[in-house]
Amino acid sequence: MLTILFDGVAYGMLLFVLAIGLCVTLGLMNFINLAHGAFAMAGGYLTIVMMNRYGISFYWGLPAAFVFSAILGAVLERTLYVHLYTKSHLDQVLFSIGLVFMATAVVDYFMGANQQTINLPPALEGRVNFLGASIGVYRIFTIVLCGLLTIGLQFVLAKTRFGSRLRAAVDDGRVARGMGIDVTKIFALTFAVGSGLAGLGGALSTGIISMDPTFPLKYMIYFLIVISVGGTTTITGPFFASLLLGVADVAGKYYAPAVGGFIIYTIMVAVLILRPQGLFTKASR
Amino acid sequence: MSMTQPTKPVNDAGARLLSGARWRWYEVLFWVAAIALFFVFGDFIPGIPTRLMLLSEIISLGLLALSIDLVLGYAGIVTLGQGAFFGLGAYVAGLMAKNGMGAFPLSDPLLGLLAAAAVSGAAGFVTSFLVLRGSDLTRLMVTLGVALILAELANQMRWLTGGADGLQGVMSSPILGIWDFDLWGHTAYVYSLVVLFVCFWLSRRIVHSTFGLSLKAIKGNALRARAIGVPVNARLVAIYTLAAAIAGIAGALLAQTTQSASPDMIAFHRSADALLILVFGGAGYLYGGLIGAVLFRVMQDVIGNITLQYWQFWLGLVLVLLVLFVRGGVIGLMEGWWNRLTRKGDAP
Amino acid sequence: MRRQILKGLAASALALATLPALAQETVKVGLILPMTGQQASTGRQLEAGVKAYMAQHGDKVAGKKIEVIIKDDTGVADISKRLAQELVVNDKVSVLGGFGLTPIAMAVGPVATQAKVPAVIMTAATSVIVEQSPYFVRVGRTMPQMTFPIADWAAKNGVKTAVTLVSDYAPGIDAEKFFKQRFEEAGGKVLDALRAPLASPDFAAFLQKAKDLKPDALFLFVPSGQGATLMKQVIDRDFAGSKIRVIATGDVTDDDLLNSMGDSVLGMVTSHDYSADHDSPENKAFVEIFKKVNNNMRPNMMAVAAYDGMDVIYRALTTTKGDANGQKLVDAMKGQKWMSPRGPMEIDAATREAIPPMFIRRVERKNGELYNVEFEATGPIKDPTHK
Repeated sequence: MLTILFDGVAYGMLLFVLAIGLCVTLGLMNFINLAHGAFAMAGGYLTIVMMNRYGISFYWGLPAAFVFSAILGAVLERTLYVHLYTKSHLDQVLFSIGLVFMATAVVDYFMGANQQTINLPPALEGRVNFLGASIGVYRIFTIVLCGLLTIGLQFVLAKTRFGSRLRAAVDDGRVARGMGIDVTKIFALTFAVGSGLAGLGGALSTGIISMDPTFPLKYMIYFLIVISVGGTTTITGPFFASLLLGVADVAGKYYAPAVGGFIIYTIMVAVLILRPQGLFTKASR
Repeated sequence: MSMTQPTKPVNDAGARLLSGARWRWYEVLFWVAAIALFFVFGDFIPGIPTRLMLLSEIISLGLLALSIDLVLGYAGIVTLGQGAFFGLGAYVAGLMAKNGMGAFPLSDPLLGLLAAAAVSGAAGFVTSFLVLRGSDLTRLMVTLGVALILAELANQMRWLTGGADGLQGVMSSPILGIWDFDLWGHTAYVYSLVVLFVCFWLSRRIVHSTFGLSLKAIKGNALRARAIGVPVNARLVAIYTLAAAIAGIAGALLAQTTQSASPDMIAFHRSADALLILVFGGAGYLYGGLIGAVLFRVMQDVIGNITLQYWQFWLGLVLVLLVLFVRGGVIGLMEGWWNRLTRKGDAP
Repeated sequence: MRRQILKGLAASALALATLPALAQETVKVGLILPMTGQQASTGRQLEAGVKAYMAQHGDKVAGKKIEVIIKDDTGVADISKRLAQELVVNDKVSVLGGFGLTPIAMAVGPVATQAKVPAVIMTAATSVIVEQSPYFVRVGRTMPQMTFPIADWAAKNGVKTAVTLVSDYAPGIDAEKFFKQRFEEAGGKVLDALRAPLASPDFAAFLQKAKDLKPDALFLFVPSGQGATLMKQVIDRDFAGSKIRVIATGDVTDDDLLNSMGDSVLGMVTSHDYSADHDSPENKAFVEIFKKVNNNMRPNMMAVAAYDGMDVIYRALTTTKGDANGQKLVDAMKGQKWMSPRGPMEIDAATREAIPPMFIRRVERKNGELYNVEFEATGPIKDPTHK
């Protein structure tokens, strides 16, 4: 029972880190970036290459994946994405799907089509007993790391100068610009951090799942579910939505395997019908 | 002759709005070209390969994109779940043909189409109430959710649908008892083209009617449309139902011409492909989905023959460039060229 | 003058008459493979296997030149059907082949039957496929052929209870059914049969359930190429610590993925017809040429099936003395026996079903790499579902 709860929470946390960047770009910048998963894939593959080809430790792989995907995000934001902020949502969808196609082919070209995976460092392998339940060390590691990240993000957004500038830029870009806030720079930075987080999520997920070139498409639906259920106006919304979905998915498949495949989708549709703005947003918006 | 020219000024605005209903020369050209394709690619000219199977597939896809255009381009509802109705239609037609043992009435392709339209339309009617409100993202995800649930159902109800293996032994009887589906795709293409034209003609009538104009008003601003007395919800339900029925027909076409139905046909990628194709071609023109389907599939085929494994890269590049440099998809691009060509004439 | 014209006419008539004969000199083989999408790694192995065969045997057989045309079906059944039609009608192929998944093979069945063109099934493994068309010939293997040996082995080696976990599609359900049937005939008991969605990213719930049931063994099946994620999570859940043995068909410890799985899979027992480690001169030659023409890639069971598929086509053409008539080719394929890199192979003359050799293997480290090392040959098994 406890094991299932932990598995679900870890899965949800991972979904959250993978999806949070998409929430930020969509909620704060009103931009639909379906290529978000490609940044996660970039981080994942970087970790795999570092570990399997060059024997570098997993612990270095995580920050490297963040930095790599963040730089990749920043470069693409400055060169490509910046032209799309004013375009319609449909154009953004078409554009980002195009990027996904390209990313899939590029990864396939350089890395091959087969599933690739890493071997975790011994300290993160194995299981421990916790209140009589056996729990994977790596899942605990994921939960702790993602938890810290969430707290950090929340802190940055709510308490720092950057956070208030970002919120100002989002609420009314023109006014913010008029008050001397460099909106362009803030958006670029936010986009980079969002991509970096996806890269980190990708690197973390190589500990549980394996990477293949179809990753961005395969997980796109999950990201979209997280943000539509959680709403895009806060960080906590998607966070709780991820946890809910993670636990519901794992528990559903465990206790009711016959309907396990339906559970996430049913939750999503139900939530969206009852609360079209997402489960965890204030009704006033 | 000249006396009847000035009409009553009262009807002028209405007449101008409805004047879009007139058939233009390039529309005629489009359909003539579609018929010409049959003779060019129908194995009648030595040396030119038969591509009628590909063209039939394109028609089914284009029809699906057309149905999305009705809800997206004209009523402004973003949907990622049109594949649900497409797949439903495919299964209805597939199951009928399979259980009819290739004989009238169950295996009759036309009855199959009608049944598919009816069932998909009914499903569209029921689910239309879910998309009446909410933002783009909400509607996108609700429609997607419905499609995903349906896909999972098709996978689970193995006794009926054959599960992940799909439906086998779908054999339609000859169309009108005369034309059988052949290996060259002659029957399939003509049949698909006729069905496409009927659906297109119907859609065209509708979007150029007052009903269609009221949809445009809703798309522009639902609140104002309501204020001037347009029954917004009823109109949305109606167009969503109609679009679902057309999607069902598109699915039935694919099932009948490929003699199979599988969860692939409901799958996420089917809806996403069709939406992509519509935006690629240009939403809100009715022709966008058709032209998008032709260009997209032909590009995929041509690039796929050059680079078997990496065609996705080049296709992706085309999409990216199109969005960066053009507004309104391929039709937008052509419109731009046309305006530039004719600018001299009508510039003030 | 008149004579000249007549002469010219006669010459052109002669040219026309010889033209089809010339065209007949080339025999075209159309392969429909998943080169992009979920099953892309399978497509790559198949393509590489064909390449290896052509490198080894050349492109001439029985006086004919073999031309291979490969098409990408992206793993979608209705596209495969269309491609098969185009290959038959436009390219005038004499043989079809490939087919990554069961539904794809099934969709092509009507085309093969209608056009009277043999279709060589290389990958798809559901038993029922070859019954769908009299022109289907399988060179791969079927699910009962793969699962019976491991069920027997488990029953003989102290496994009394088992839980099965398979991918939720036809071959998975076949695997589940035949494992249970054979294992329970041998006195064992299957405690629960779990099915994970085909594109499942997280197996946690299913694996935990299997563990909580405390069986002696957990039997796994996922399609080839998808095993890495599953094994990763199996290892993470520490079945060895709970004294639960993990057994599988060879798809899970696919040669393509095995090396990346790491030492944690050492000792895992599986059953299959092919291991890149198989000890025979045929296999040594195959692995060598395969690596040479394919950028040092390691062949897996898909590659060997494609290699054998080409072999069957060459052999059939040799038998018919180069006649590419569909019915004659199918008849020539029936009952073919040859020494494959996996061991002695045969095509059942009555059912057109492959009869591959079967082995029980254990994952071991050899020359610094992980291999499925065969330690018991169970001999060829006829698919029990065909009458």
